[in-house]
Amino acid sequence: MSKKVLVLGEAREGALRNVSYEAIAAAKQISSGGEVVSVLLGDSVGELANELGKYGADRVITVEHPHLKQYTSDGYGQALLAVIEQENPEAIVFGHTALGKDLSPKIASKLQIGLVSDVTSIEGEGDAAVFIRPIYSGKAFEKVKVKDGIEFITIRPNNIAPLAKDDSKSAEVSSMSVDITNLRTIIKEVVRKSTEGVDLSEAKVVIAGGRGVKSEEGFAPLKELADVLGGAVGASRGACDADYCDYSLQIGQTGKVVTPDLYIAAGISGAIQHLAGMSNSKIIVAINKDPEANIFKVADYGIVGDLFEVIPMLIEEFKKLKVNA
Amino acid sequence: MNIYVLVKRTFDTEEKIVVSGGKIQEDGAEFIINPYDEYAIEEAIQVRDAQGGEVTVLTMGGEDAEKQLRTALAMGADKAVLINIEDDVEELDQFTAAHIISEYLKDKNPDLILAGNVAIDGGSGQVGPRVAESLGINYVTTITNLEIDGTTVTIKRDVEGDTEVLETSLPLLVTAQQGLNEPRYPSLPGIMKAKKKPLEEVELDDLDIDEDDVEAKTETIEIYLPPKKEAGKVLEGDLADQVKELVHLLHSEAKVV
Repeated sequence: MSKKVLVLGEAREGALRNVSYEAIAAAKQISSGGEVVSVLLGDSVGELANELGKYGADRVITVEHPHLKQYTSDGYGQALLAVIEQENPEAIVFGHTALGKDLSPKIASKLQIGLVSDVTSIEGEGDAAVFIRPIYSGKAFEKVKVKDGIEFITIRPNNIAPLAKDDSKSAEVSSMSVDITNLRTIIKEVVRKSTEGVDLSEAKVVIAGGRGVKSEEGFAPLKELADVLGGAVGASRGACDADYCDYSLQIGQTGKVVTPDLYIAAGISGAIQHLAGMSNSKIIVAINKDPEANIFKVADYGIVGDLFEVIPMLIEEFKKLKVNA
Repeated sequence: MNIYVLVKRTFDTEEKIVVSGGKIQEDGAEFIINPYDEYAIEEAIQVRDAQGGEVTVLTMGGEDAEKQLRTALAMGADKAVLINIEDDVEELDQFTAAHIISEYLKDKNPDLILAGNVAIDGGSGQVGPRVAESLGINYVTTITNLEIDGTTVTIKRDVEGDTEVLETSLPLLVTAQQGLNEPRYPSLPGIMKAKKKPLEEVELDDLDIDEDDVEAKTETIEIYLPPKKEAGKVLEGDLADQVKELVHLLHSEAKVV
């Protein structure tokens, strides 16, 4: 049976996040030929709506309100519940982002439904859809089915491929007005600490440093390599504990879980807690002076050597590759 | 201040996961307090010490979870509650857990509830916010700093690396992110005292909950281990050649750059 699926589009600094398109692809699979309706919330999001159509949304509903300029669970919750009430979807897809993680339990609780969080792939279509998600920090996986009620899932960024962009397609865009009242949280300030541009959890390339980076300054070559590859910098707990970098960069069991196409671990020994945060990356490269380091066991390619020699050479080689490409 | 901390007993982070018969094998495994819940316990103790009041740690599970509750009491919590569902609930999901915990809390009038932002086993991060929503109170997730002045609460929270500064008020549920504090280890006198602290055990009957009302909305149909990764290729030769080879492999073989 085909289904109507509601998808939350997510914008960051005026641009749609990639996970919005990935969520549409997930929704298409669940809908099995039904309708995919994207929702955009904000103070001014109308111009982003067309983009969602090109990635497969059949319809886009925008809710614009001054109280939606910044995310609060109350504001977004009220807006979404109003859309859900109007549309009566049979499934809902969010990104498993900071926003999605914060908002989805509220909606699920309000609707008294199940919620399958952090889905990395979907098997089957329509009623037969089964959701696969990592548990025990990626040391195992579970297949989950929704028994009854709305199928509500959040998808982990970077795992479900978006549909190819089709400029000839467009979605029917409509706006809806919702009364947003009684916000219990006031956002005072947002301090941007994450490295400019590329979001660690969505990055296609991650260059991560461990204790072997030795100092805060030691992260500079890693940053340069990340810039060359359009990636983000991450770190092991060891590097964070030693104050070489901010905890916001930590990858592992505590910290972020990343699944980039390319993960370069520099000076990271590969403690089991770190592996939990990155072992599902597509390709893993290990650079370490210690040939016995655990990280080599999960790496696709390894170089035994000093990262401060290897990384600058890598930067030069990748630059050459870019010039020739 | 009436403070509750939601705690979960989880596998030790070092534990190897063994699956047999479609289930995770728990025999012989070491269990700990979910690491993120330790931040929540520590913060609760600090808030109580500064503001006065009482910290109750609450968990849902079986008899075995008493050990983790005693550890929390040894850290400095005042009371513990075990909602024992061992005999009543066969399959549970986040809906089930949140429903039961909310039913327990609904007449307790908590000013502040703390929880970890995610459990390292199930990894859903749902139960805290679901409980808040059921109780009709506000929640803030992944907090890294908490200041309470009267009923006004100022919070810093981690949003994918950025820090959001926000203001809200009690009653409130917060979930702890790493960086919130440095959880203390239980002291020897703390461990001795913990043995005498009250640990209440309740079952679904005591909460007037019918098993059918908390039936899981989702169902795990299979648990499996990820495919074993084949041993990778450690490059050899002159370092400069290795780097060239690596770039070539990433470009032509792996096709990731």
